[in-house]
This record gives sequence, structure tokens and C-alpha cells, in this order.
Amino acid sequence: MKILVPIKRVVDYNVKVRPLSDNSNVDLNNVKMAVNPFCEIALEEAVRLKESGKATEVVAISVGKSDSQEQLRTALALGADRATLIETDSILEPLAISKVLQKVAEDEKPDLIILGKQAIDGDNNQTGQMLAALLDYPQATNASELVIEESSVKVTREIDGGLQTLELNIPAIITTDLRLNEPRYASLPNIMKAKKKELNIIPVADIGVDVDPRSELLSVELPPSREAGIIVETVEQLVDKLKNEAKVIQ
Amino acid sequence: MSILVIAEHDNSNLKGSTLNTITAASLLDGQISLLIAGSNMNSVVEEAQTIDGVSKILTCDSDSYSNSIAEDLSSLIIANSDGYTHILAPATTFGKNLMPRISAKLDSQQISDIISVESADTFKRPIYAGSCIATVKSNDAVKIITVRSTAFDSATLNNSGIEVVDINDEGSSGISKFVGEELAQSDRPELTAANIVISGGRGMQSGDNFHLLDSIADKLGAAVGASRAAVDAGFVPNDYQVGQTGKIVAPDLYIAVGISGAIQHLAGMKDSKVIVAINKDEDAPIFQVADYGLVADLFNALPELDSAL
Repeated sequence: MKILVPIKRVVDYNVKVRPLSDNSNVDLNNVKMAVNPFCEIALEEAVRLKESGKATEVVAISVGKSDSQEQLRTALALGADRATLIETDSILEPLAISKVLQKVAEDEKPDLIILGKQAIDGDNNQTGQMLAALLDYPQATNASELVIEESSVKVTREIDGGLQTLELNIPAIITTDLRLNEPRYASLPNIMKAKKKELNIIPVADIGVDVDPRSELLSVELPPSREAGIIVETVEQLVDKLKNEAKVIQ
Repeated sequence: MSILVIAEHDNSNLKGSTLNTITAASLLDGQISLLIAGSNMNSVVEEAQTIDGVSKILTCDSDSYSNSIAEDLSSLIIANSDGYTHILAPATTFGKNLMPRISAKLDSQQISDIISVESADTFKRPIYAGSCIATVKSNDAVKIITVRSTAFDSATLNNSGIEVVDINDEGSSGISKFVGEELAQSDRPELTAANIVISGGRGMQSGDNFHLLDSIADKLGAAVGASRAAVDAGFVPNDYQVGQTGKIVAPDLYIAVGISGAIQHLAGMKDSKVIVAINKDEDAPIFQVADYGLVADLFNALPELDSAL
């Protein structure tokens, strides 16, 4: 079984992102970048399936600028067998990324594609589902558990109000939620070994799909700020304020 | 302009998020059709016939749609999408799962999680965990949109006799099968619909200690939530999670207990009307957004609060 894991380079989750002074976009100058946390969970799941003998190969893919090689090296250090960067200087929208990944998948013919449920930059939560539609694959988003069976995969999904279990024919697409697993850290020997693993770079133009943007970013602003209120001294005072000042409890 | 809204429901009742989505749709200035697909869902259709602002209801009653499987539901919607300029659904796990499939098939770049309608093609949406708000203009012929429910009021229910049209069953693809569902049984209101939410964080120290919140929640008619840290630590299930990657809530009163206030948590609750923070660390960032802060050990404060209510 071959598993494809798309990986996105994003701003580290600890960075507080602000708009540029002309409000044309967010300011990403000199901020720390990392593998999107949900992609790390996707990769960890793929590597565990390989370690348990269920998968034979794990391939990491990224669609992005040249510096995404850094995140692919991390993926290789975490256990991916090889990696491919589809290189572009533009920021592609999820639909364009899905079209690129569709071509890669048609070429690689994976049994499973595991992705993060969302990237923490755009918070779109689209790519996995779009890719599933383009490939006509079944999908299970927000996975918290997956069990590989003969020719299918059973996936437990986190839905509003509880859990849902689906059985998908393979090949299938799975997007990861928080509780699927706890990703490992890359060890120093594995980081060294990763430098020797195969990392292919393919210009996006060679893929031959339309990646032109469909939407325009008109502006980026800070949300309305919230003023800090007051500190109360006692529980009694708090209850009094909530009843008589804010009038939110009776 | 012609707008199609996809109803979220559980075959018995319409979900509140559908009503918020209709309000967002009504800001687009066009005829609104509501599509309801499910099985044995007469009560849902009856309820939907009272929604103000809806001109037509499309229904498909079939076993293919009883569990809202995205593969099958998206085929049905695509088969009925001709002539619509906008297709909207709530940005809940239902809409998030479904809409990108439709979007890809119609070759349109979806606009996720909108918080305002600026015009028929321009919308505001939060990015980077709500650290910034982007204004985005869609140039696609058909706009595919998911709506953040907390940003729009509920549509009112004073209408009657809206026309109902049955649409063809498009069947099931058979590539994905529903196996089962485990829904949390609770007498308390649902997190996203509650007027009061009390949430615990890492400071709660264990899942057992959440009973301190439960009894206060019962007195206030509140829902119980949690920060990602509390979910990560295994104190409570993931469907308690409030934040960037969990649920977005905006109740009248939000009580954050033992929650430091990471940006990812604030993303899920900072639009609440009144925020109370109880934390023993007076430097915790949660106090910067709280209307009322109490610097105290929660293990003393919670029992006191419980008996004061």
C-alpha cells in the first residue's frame, strides 16, 4: 500500500500574524515557518501504517515556493520515503492545489491520500475534499481513528455532537483531526539520513493544469479589538456584576 | 441572483445553523431556494416552510441521503445546481465536509467561513485563527460559500405555505458506506447554540474535575466547552473543543476557567457578548479580553460560584 501525504509550509502556530501597513496582505516578513500541524498528524499516521507493515511506501508532496523544501526535509526526517515539491512562485488557492495534486495522484496511484483537515494560515478546510471530488475518491474528513481492512478503510470522524464511522473503498482520501495521533519529533540521526533521501522538484508549469487565481484579496485588517474589563476581587462580586451590571444571569 | 441554501438537519429537526445561513443568503438580494435531502424528514420540511425569506423548498426523501454522506449529497446538489449564482451551507462539520466537493466539481474556488456579505461577490472571512480579517472578492460564475453561524442572526419563522418541489433521487455512489454514529447524549444545550458556555482548560488538571463545571452549567442552563489543551490532555472529548480547529461560539456569557487564552482559543470565543475569566495566573492573556476577571485558584472559586448561584 502506497500513501501520499500532501504537506503545507505555514507560519508557525505560535506567531501572532498581523496585516501589512498598507493592508494589502498579512505580514510574513521574518516569521518562523513550520509544517502545518494537521499535516504532521497526517504524516505520522502514514508512517505508523508503514511501521506496522500495512503500508509499503510514504510519499510527501508539497505545492509551494522553493523554501517548502525545508518542510519536505522535515517530512523525510519524520519517516517519509521520498518527497516531491511542485514548485511555484505564486500562492495557489486550494482549488489549484487540488488540481495539481490530482495530477500527482494519477501518476503515483496511491491507495490512500492522507491530508490535514485544514491549514492554519488560510483556515479554508477545502483541499482534501476538493481532491477527493476531482479524483472521484471517497472521503473521510476529521478522522480520529482509522482501521485498514481488506479493500477498504474504516474511519471514525469527529463531527459536531459526536463521532461518525464510515467505510471507504480504497483508494480513499482521509483528512486528519487532532486526536488521530500525537506526532513524533525528528531525531538527529533521522535528520541526517533525510538529507540523503530523494527530493524531486517539478515546476508547476510542467504539471499542465490551470492554477490562475479565482478570487482577489482586497484587504487584510485586524479584527475589532476587545478592551480588557475589570478585575473583581471575589466570587460574590463576580456574581453581582453578572446579575446586575451585565445582566446575563438571573 | 438566485441562491441555493443547503439545509443541515438530523431528519427530525432543522439545525439552527441553517437559519443563520439563510440570513446570510438574504443579504445577497435574490430568490432563496432551500434544499433539504434526507430520509423520513417530513417534520424538517414542515418547519422549513415557516422560514421567512425562503421562496422555494427542494426536497429529496431517500435512504441515499439519510446520513448526509458527502459523496452522494454533493451529486444531488450538483444535479440541481443549474441557474444558481450562489450555493451556501453552514460552516459546521456538515458544510465543511460537503461544500468543497461541490466547489471542485463546479470548478469554483469556495469562500469558506464568511462573517459578512459586502456585496454579491465580496465577503469578509477570518484567517490565521482570526488574527486577521480578509476581504475577498470571488470572480467565479457560481459562488460556493460556507457561513459562520455566529456572525449572522437566525432567520425568523413567521412564513407559511412555501412551495415544496420534489427533486430526483441521484442514488448512492457506493464508494462510501455509513457504519455508525455515536452522538453525545446530553440534556444541556448544544455548544454552538447555548446562551451561556462555561469552558475548562489545562488548569482543570483532570477530566474528573470537569464535574465542577457540570454542576454550574446545570444551574445556568449552560453548555460545557474546553480548550484544545484540555482536549489534548484527554480530559474531555474533542467535540467540547472551542477554538480555531474546534467550534466557534458567541454566547451571551462565556466563562473561561483555567484557560490561559492562546490565540487559537480566543479565535473560537472572542465574539461572545460577556467574557469572564477565572485563572490563578494574573498575567494570563485571557484577562486581556475578559470583561470580568477573577484571579483565583479555580478549585476554590468554582465551589464558591456553585453555591452563590
